Amino acid sequence: MPRSVGRSVRRKDGDDKVTGRALYIDDLTFPGMLHGMTVRATIPCGRIDRVRPAFDTTGFVLVDRHDIPGRNVVAGIMDDQPCLAVHEVRHAAEPIMLVAHEERDALARVHVDIDYTPATPVFEPRWSSECFKSLVIEKGRLDAGFAEAYTVVEGEYRTGHQEQLYLETNGVIAVPEGGGMTVYGSLQCPHYVHRALVMALGLQAGQVRVVQAETGGGFGGKEEYPSILACHAALLARKAGRPVKMIYDRAEDMWATTKRHPSIVRHRTGVTREGRITAMDIDLVLDGGAYCTLSPVVLSRASIHASGPYRCDHIRIRGRAMMTNTPPNGAFRGFGAPQSQFATEVHMDRIAETLGIDPVAVREQNALRPGDTTATGQVLGEDASAVEVLQAAVRKSKYHEKRARWRGTGKGIGLSLFFHGSGFTGSGEVTLASKASVELTAGGVRVLVSSTEIGQGTRTMHAQIVADALGIPYEVVETAAVDTAVVPDSGPTVASRTCMVVGRLLQRAAGDLKARLGRLSPAAYFAAHGPLVVTAEYEPPPGAAWDEQAYRGDAYGSYGWGCHVAEIDVRPDTWAVQPVRMTAVAEIGRAIHPMMATGQIEGGTAQGVAWALLEEVVMRDGAMANHTLTNYLIPTAADTPRIDTVILERPYAHGPFGAKGVGEMPIDGPAPAIVNALRHAGYDVRAIPATPERVMKAGRL
Amino acid sequence: MQLTLTVNGTARTFDGDPAMPLLWYLRDGLALTGAKFGCGTGVCGACTVHIDGSPARACTTPMKSAAGKTVVTIEGLDAAHPVKQAWQEINVPQCGYCQTGQIMSAAALLASTPKPDDEDIDAALRGNICRCGTYQRIRDAVKKAAGVTA
Repeated sequence: MPRSVGRSVRRKDGDDKVTGRALYIDDLTFPGMLHGMTVRATIPCGRIDRVRPAFDTTGFVLVDRHDIPGRNVVAGIMDDQPCLAVHEVRHAAEPIMLVAHEERDALARVHVDIDYTPATPVFEPRWSSECFKSLVIEKGRLDAGFAEAYTVVEGEYRTGHQEQLYLETNGVIAVPEGGGMTVYGSLQCPHYVHRALVMALGLQAGQVRVVQAETGGGFGGKEEYPSILACHAALLARKAGRPVKMIYDRAEDMWATTKRHPSIVRHRTGVTREGRITAMDIDLVLDGGAYCTLSPVVLSRASIHASGPYRCDHIRIRGRAMMTNTPPNGAFRGFGAPQSQFATEVHMDRIAETLGIDPVAVREQNALRPGDTTATGQVLGEDASAVEVLQAAVRKSKYHEKRARWRGTGKGIGLSLFFHGSGFTGSGEVTLASKASVELTAGGVRVLVSSTEIGQGTRTMHAQIVADALGIPYEVVETAAVDTAVVPDSGPTVASRTCMVVGRLLQRAAGDLKARLGRLSPAAYFAAHGPLVVTAEYEPPPGAAWDEQAYRGDAYGSYGWGCHVAEIDVRPDTWAVQPVRMTAVAEIGRAIHPMMATGQIEGGTAQGVAWALLEEVVMRDGAMANHTLTNYLIPTAADTPRIDTVILERPYAHGPFGAKGVGEMPIDGPAPAIVNALRHAGYDVRAIPATPERVMKAGRL
Repeated sequence: MQLTLTVNGTARTFDGDPAMPLLWYLRDGLALTGAKFGCGTGVCGACTVHIDGSPARACTTPMKSAAGKTVVTIEGLDAAHPVKQAWQEINVPQCGYCQTGQIMSAAALLASTPKPDDEDIDAALRGNICRCGTYQRIRDAVKKAAGVTA
């Protein structure tokens, strides 16, 4: 039996996506279906005095906050966001009312007069009086570390918003069925949506069903946002007694939905004359926007990654996620780690520069190795690969040769070294207690998980793991549609956990199934004994411990390790920066499907390059002013440099076939590598995106 | 105003608003949902179809511009078309939402330029955005379909 793990087998979803048969949410219709829309605030902050429809409402279904049968809350971490505003407006896209009509075009006639008493908004997170979460990570004694230092290097670094810009906008269809509600949607986390619907509709869990349609990209943008949209469509559908489809157009999706948290990170680092880091004092502020959403956990990940892949005995990391009067920020690939490691890695090049040491040497000297402890005190295993990825990237890119040769030519080369924890932070996986099942079918087996396919290859990769664990052909492993009425809760499809955590559950379930089958093939067992479902539930790696109050212990099951090298050209007349080539080295334990893993690395790298150079969200009066694809630019083939990917494999004992996560890590590296290349080319840039204007105004080195 | 056009080999008569985008006619009128709505402004390329053999953005093409023309959508492109085959063999799609548009642009390129080089490919597909970042595999797949070495 040829194994499928490690081979780039045909994607399970490939044929449907190539022929146009794959059905995304807007490709579905239901009899009697209405089209819904959201009436939103027009000011960033204030009190609602009066709401009055100012159009002929004949033939329309109208929903306001009085039509909410359950709690007027979008279920989340803090339950602070209303489905529909009550009195207070906290951001300019705040939903106030919902409208539906049989004809999509009729929605253009909707006009609602809203009277407000405006209040003064806050847009600067450091000046906000409301903090969603603050935390401190302490290791050793900072004063002792600084006492050892030869010099102290300080700096402040900033990153901006970034829109996920999945090519398919957010959309759902709510269908009232037998007193309950079924919601079909473009989404990452069906059980998040399920929980939100139960809470807002006041229904029992068994009365609500959530089904994922084919999903045109997520990147975190369909992690928690679909919950509010699903509640809106369901409220309309409940009132109308008919199915309601809500699909955002591009402008609304960009204007109203979550984005990457902007960050301000300050570093104060003690170093010896030889470049050894003796103390790291890091202060991190994230702009959370108007409601909490996932900000506390984004802050956790950002903070835990803020000291980078470096060993240091004396560390203090202080993090805060602050409220501002902009639409809530949320999950975006990397989940805080790209922001904090941007600061660390630009700072590392400035440390090297201050000491007159090679940037590679300063990193190599301080890089975390097996047996070292992280900022939270986690002891790293044998798969800690910072040095290996650094050396591989330097070699592959001919970093030193180009660095010497390009000085003063307008070309630049820069690198970044980074790591990324796979799975939920701290005790998150224990709390989730995820389940995954495998089921016998007449011809093979079927995978039952709530992990969604959003392009990253979930179905294919899970089928490969199950096929090899059972010793059966990949082709006879099917994957069930994600439907909360059918599949167990495998946790959300986020945090690079779908392979490492859920894949491991499937490997265990398949192992148990194989033992049950004895000497029979799946088909023979099925024929003889009928259906059989085997389920595995999450168990933490032995000895793993986490203290949520103190932020001490094993923050993640394992880490992936990466090094990126950016090569750029700076036009001296326009200050435009052309990324020419990226070298991306990633150590991910095991590549279950090498081509898809490479696709994740290329895609994350392309998004990271664009975050560094191209993607600028212009906020005006608390809302995105450039909310179209003509003035918020995302990369085309011409904007995406050649990407040379190298995958290294140092197996993780508790990952399926040794695999760790790969989806998020590639976006941690490109931005600091590019800014360090700009530094090499003579431009002192400390904030991204490094637009021509920022490069023009940057200090010259 | 009544107008006629041919879609995937079938003659059609349209009797609606001549300013309506072709994309809505294809998707809502004919249930050909392979062409996608991405931006509505002709920038992203997810709605790419062929009009008289040339790639066109269905979201910004009013019905009156399609009058008398021959429209081919992804559903009308032969299953054995070398571009479709190459796309499947190289596992190009990730989320897949842009891919039908990418394939239509690539097929139009190969019809006019059977042996494209990198510059030809980039020029022809410049208007097709892929947020998953599958550009390197797209280039490889176009070359494979054209029978030129990658």
